[in-house]
Amino acid sequence: MSEKEKKVKIYILGEGFDVPASSTILTALEYAGFQLTTGVGCREGFCGACATLYREKGDYKLQAGLACQTVVSDGMYIAQIPFVPAQKAMYDINEIEADINTFKEYYPILFRCVGCNTCTKACPQDIEVMDYVQALIKGDIEKAADLSFDCIRCGLCALRCPAEIVQYNAAMLARRLYGKYIMPDSPDLNKRVEEMVEGKYESELDKAVQMDAEELKETYYKRDIKTE
Amino acid sequence: MYLDYMRESIKNVEKTRAERLKLAKSGKPIVERMSDKEREEVLNKFHPDYKEESRKKVRIGPNKGDKLTSEVVDILEAYSRVQPDYFDLENPDYETDVLVIGAGSAGFCAAILADENGADVTLATKLRSGDSNSMMAQGGIQAAVRPDDSPYLHYLDVMGGGHFDNKSDLVRALVSEAPGAIKWLQELGVMFDRNEDGTMLTKPGGGTCRPRMHSARDYSGAGMCRVLRDEVENRADRINILEHQPAVELIKDEKGKVAGAILYHLQNKCYITVKAKSTIIATGGFGRLHVQGFETTNHYGATADGLVMAYRVGANLMYMDSVQYHPTGAVFPPQILGFLCTEKLRGLGAQPVNKNGELFVYPLEPRDVEASAFIRECKERGNGVATPDGNVGIWLDTPLIEQINGSGTIKSNLPAMLRQFDRFDIDIRKDPMLVYPTLHYQNGGIEINDKCETKVEGLYVAGESTGGVHGRNRLMGNSQLDLMVFGRRAGKFAAEYAKSTKLGKLTLNHVNEYEKEVEKIGIDKDKIAPVVLPDYIPDKVKKKQYTAHPEGTLR
Repeated sequence: MSEKEKKVKIYILGEGFDVPASSTILTALEYAGFQLTTGVGCREGFCGACATLYREKGDYKLQAGLACQTVVSDGMYIAQIPFVPAQKAMYDINEIEADINTFKEYYPILFRCVGCNTCTKACPQDIEVMDYVQALIKGDIEKAADLSFDCIRCGLCALRCPAEIVQYNAAMLARRLYGKYIMPDSPDLNKRVEEMVEGKYESELDKAVQMDAEELKETYYKRDIKTE
Repeated sequence: MYLDYMRESIKNVEKTRAERLKLAKSGKPIVERMSDKEREEVLNKFHPDYKEESRKKVRIGPNKGDKLTSEVVDILEAYSRVQPDYFDLENPDYETDVLVIGAGSAGFCAAILADENGADVTLATKLRSGDSNSMMAQGGIQAAVRPDDSPYLHYLDVMGGGHFDNKSDLVRALVSEAPGAIKWLQELGVMFDRNEDGTMLTKPGGGTCRPRMHSARDYSGAGMCRVLRDEVENRADRINILEHQPAVELIKDEKGKVAGAILYHLQNKCYITVKAKSTIIATGGFGRLHVQGFETTNHYGATADGLVMAYRVGANLMYMDSVQYHPTGAVFPPQILGFLCTEKLRGLGAQPVNKNGELFVYPLEPRDVEASAFIRECKERGNGVATPDGNVGIWLDTPLIEQINGSGTIKSNLPAMLRQFDRFDIDIRKDPMLVYPTLHYQNGGIEINDKCETKVEGLYVAGESTGGVHGRNRLMGNSQLDLMVFGRRAGKFAAEYAKSTKLGKLTLNHVNEYEKEVEKIGIDKDKIAPVVLPDYIPDKVKKKQYTAHPEGTLR
């Protein structure tokens, strides 16, 4: 960011700071002199650490986004949400079943959904949050797992929900149940795991480990390559 | 949104696309793969590691006299953050069997396996649980599962990718336990992509001789790491998680065994002592040291703290002269400079082309070779596209992905990539991405054996902090595998060791001894490590922060 670059004024905790117009909220905070120890993580939109509420100039709406992925605008007010004190169920994944009763037991709050869609509007990943909540209420774990797949667990849905639902934690349970119990078993994988236990490849690997540098190099460059 | 002059170059890419699509469908390599000799030549001339100033001799510690990456030498030749005399080691704040430092996938695996082997576990991490490079990985995890694949072929690929410098016993463990690791993850609830018949969907990666990459769309790292995090959280009665508390120094006992760590609480600024029968370092890599000024794909906390701590207690480093630059980091728009554009893009058929729309390299060479070819195309041949802020890149022709695999492929297989660029009004289904190599991975690290033990009793290491598994160049999908295989091994062996070990009196004497060496070579007193966090505050602001000390500068 060069000094000559066009600046905009943003408000951090209500105080105005001039920052480069191309900044994200995250780099703007740093430009203003804040070294972050919360509300910052991967800086690339994958970890959900930098949930932020903001309001743009002349707008009454409180918007939600990721600080690392949202470009500042002139007159923007921002507040970071470093932690979401949301309820998370404790369970042993081996002891529960992939059906609606699990959600009734661990996340009964799901059934309070009033269908207002505020969660969906708050989601920085553009996930159809309310739709997956509704899917869970109907016991459709597959749909919930699929719709919520891109969730990065920033917690903004839960923060904005008038029914106090913890969407992102319920979705985590849904995906684990789906991955473990509902997705098809992979016959190739099971077979290979068995073969490994039986030691089928041990002698081949013994040989490979014992190759000298020249032999190994030659074998490597000669190996046949399949891309399909 | 691309600028007008970039649009002109994109027209060249569009012009050659039909011809390149034909090539891709022909089943033959679209560009001849490089021979051994050609690889060597492009690496020697263009890989950033091969520049003279990239390495220098470290003057103290177990690797004394070795040439290491210069930025690493700078943090090894530095003072401690702590004054050993301040600490009452007789009365530690926590006592535990196994201390795991770092809550990425390697740390989680270690914590789970240590718990399953009967140990009491404490898991300390710098930021939040799960905040790690593991969470950011996009492409996938390798495992030889297909009937036409085998651990032997996987072994050859790992060794060849690493230029045959890898430690063979570690590679053997890596490839042998890969299928089991995938199965374990699936049983924990990871949603791996499948073919219609239920078999695992696998794609090729750079330097692999079979399609071996298992994925969870392009949130593969998150797909695994968030499940592991959830599993660890479900064991809260047995695994004590300490967030925002990076370790800054290891503790030893009087017999020289590692016996826990000093943590520093980033929020209330307290130092905390943890006494542990065994300690596992899973602190990840060094991207945030910005080696040679490169942008990085890495997490905010990736400052190689574990290397510094381990080095001070006497563990040696291996291949710490080798840096991985991922061929495809974003160059435009400036907000996402250095961000990872997953190798899965090329696995699905995206082709690197120059400003004239010409192919110039086989798209899936090992990463160091591919990255060097990109640098050559831009720097020597002048065939890159410059950006307004002084960077340069080549095109990664992503619209081909849909033409090869059918429309809708990008949305269903690469949602993160699509979203990342769409936020800045670039639709990668219609337009290519502008990319250039970006600092991605620490190839070397703390030397371990196949039980994850270091030279120092009681100290275990797993994941990116280790050296030897990948030689001097890691292949795509083997880092995720490394986390799972060696994370689990570290947890198991550290728990077993903890059962039989007895600790003597605790001490930080090694810190005093090490600092004497640092002083002898005349290092400035304000140079301290571990770095803990990078410092991005502009100088003109910092000048006015008279009494504040950003992390990384505090003494």
